[in-house]
Amino acid sequence: MTGSEARKIRTMIVDDEDLARQVLREFVSKHSEIEVVAECANGFEAVKSAAELKPDLVFLDIQMPKLDGFEVLELIGPGPAVIFVTAYDTFAIRAFEVHAVDYLLKPIGAPRFEAALERAKERLSGKLPAAPLPAMELAAAARPPQQYLDRIPVRDGASVFIIPVAKLDYAEAQDDYVALASQGKKHLKQQTISSLETALDPSRFLRIHRSYIVNLERVTKIEPYGKDSFVAVLSTGAQLPVSRAGHARLRAFLDR
Amino acid sequence: MHPLLTQIRRLLFYLLGWIPLAGMLTYLLAVPGGLTWWQAAAVAFPLCLLYAFVCLAAWYPCLATPLERSSVPRFLVTHVMGAVVASALWVFAARMLARMLTGFEGFHEIVPQISKNFPLLFGTGVLLYLLAVGFHYVLLAVEASRQAEARMMQAGLLARDAELRALKAQVNPHFLFNSLNSISALTASDPAKAREMCILLGDFLRRTLGLGEKPSIPLAEEMSLIHAFLAVEKIRYGDRLRMEESIDPEALDAELPPLLLQPLVENAIVHGVANLVEGGWIRLGAHRRDGLLDIAIENEFDPEAPRRRRNGVGLENVRQRLAARYPGVASFAASAEADRFRVVITIPVQRDEGRVPPQAVLQEKTS
Repeated sequence: MTGSEARKIRTMIVDDEDLARQVLREFVSKHSEIEVVAECANGFEAVKSAAELKPDLVFLDIQMPKLDGFEVLELIGPGPAVIFVTAYDTFAIRAFEVHAVDYLLKPIGAPRFEAALERAKERLSGKLPAAPLPAMELAAAARPPQQYLDRIPVRDGASVFIIPVAKLDYAEAQDDYVALASQGKKHLKQQTISSLETALDPSRFLRIHRSYIVNLERVTKIEPYGKDSFVAVLSTGAQLPVSRAGHARLRAFLDR
Repeated sequence: MHPLLTQIRRLLFYLLGWIPLAGMLTYLLAVPGGLTWWQAAAVAFPLCLLYAFVCLAAWYPCLATPLERSSVPRFLVTHVMGAVVASALWVFAARMLARMLTGFEGFHEIVPQISKNFPLLFGTGVLLYLLAVGFHYVLLAVEASRQAEARMMQAGLLARDAELRALKAQVNPHFLFNSLNSISALTASDPAKAREMCILLGDFLRRTLGLGEKPSIPLAEEMSLIHAFLAVEKIRYGDRLRMEESIDPEALDAELPPLLLQPLVENAIVHGVANLVEGGWIRLGAHRRDGLLDIAIENEFDPEAPRRRRNGVGLENVRQRLAARYPGVASFAASAEADRFRVVITIPVQRDEGRVPPQAVLQEKTS
């Protein structure tokens, strides 16, 4: 393997339509510095391939089976440069909020494609700043207003779990991660508990402690625990500490 | 607020109407009552002006006792009591007025003269009040019919509006963008296929343009439009898109509003097939049953798929179009069950344009 081949841009093409992938493949094939390492037809495959292949650049459709483009970006993390490719112009603002390199509208024209590729190369060579925050935080922040999460995608190595929020019992902060307790299992996700708190519907989830968010439907009782502190007992049997501020919030919620 | 008091013009007309009544009272007081013409007029005109306002109060008992929903005893008791109270007040006012007038030249004997005429005044007062009651019922009826007319106009506008919006929303621009992108891909790999897709797309678009103008089309024509649409989508989705049809041959000539089913098939693709890795099926069935046309569109979907925008807008459009076109006669139901989504429509089979067979009256049901 020569040195020039080693510097090839490892690229993934993600779109559920064969013909849409074909256009991108054709445009990319004119560039010898680009190597297509994977083509994926749905979100799960994309996350799996990205975890295994560590691409530099991803062309990413938004509306796909299993996971949408934003969820894929959230799960593959801040590494690769991402160019969204979609027929919908309504996601453009969100796309730039999660620091996508560019946003191509279908049908894609060659000049526009070339411009996007230039930007991607600048990002990869460090001339364009990459996402200043982890992509998952950004993705969480870019959610359309007045719309709370209805499901939380979680990645474990190359596999993806989807946790519908109705099945989330509670979330616990663990350093840079949150542990999401659902159906007797805990899933780790790289996200701060505060950003998760803002993404969840406040009428269904409550921050009861610096480190805990609870699904209010699961709370069966609040018991005193020592002086000035409380525990929340969930229907799953779990017991979570409740801080004084958390207790006040719970009271306010229950009195409503 | 009383409707006559909200506009000064209306009030003036109303008071003008009381002038002949005051004239009649003058006559009654002067001829059978034995007052001089001067005395009678001086009493009758102020009394009638006062009573004109007293009678406006009849508006409220009339409002509270609607003709079509009140029992006869309640109606009689309410208004007879109203008449007695109003008239008693009036007679009392007549006495006060007579007292005030005694100081004037030629009015020294007015108090006993008026007292003598109390029965006449009371009777007139009762009759005038009942006249006012009748007048107020007419006023209420006019008001009600005007409101009904306004509501009808509004409903008509809404229906028209829903139709227009539905028709405008027909050709989804994203369907076009995605199709053009597919054509762009094919131009390099398979130019003949690209040309074929251009022609299919052109065919579909031309049909939607022509059909949008017509009030209704036979099911056969709607189905051929759907086939043109599916031919384009089939190139994009390939084997992922599987369409199954079971259409009663008798149903093919039933008339229905144009472009009613195509958006439902498009919905089934966007929210169903497109979200499934292996694709899925869409089933369309149409059958005739005693003057009715039953249509069911069913599709597979992934209940755990990422949420898409615009979900429900297309369905709401169809529901509104049906409600506007066949008010109270058509039914529309959409339901999701496990991994399948189902829309069921029932419309009357039209024989002549716009005529609905009488046996085709159904309850509108939604779920």
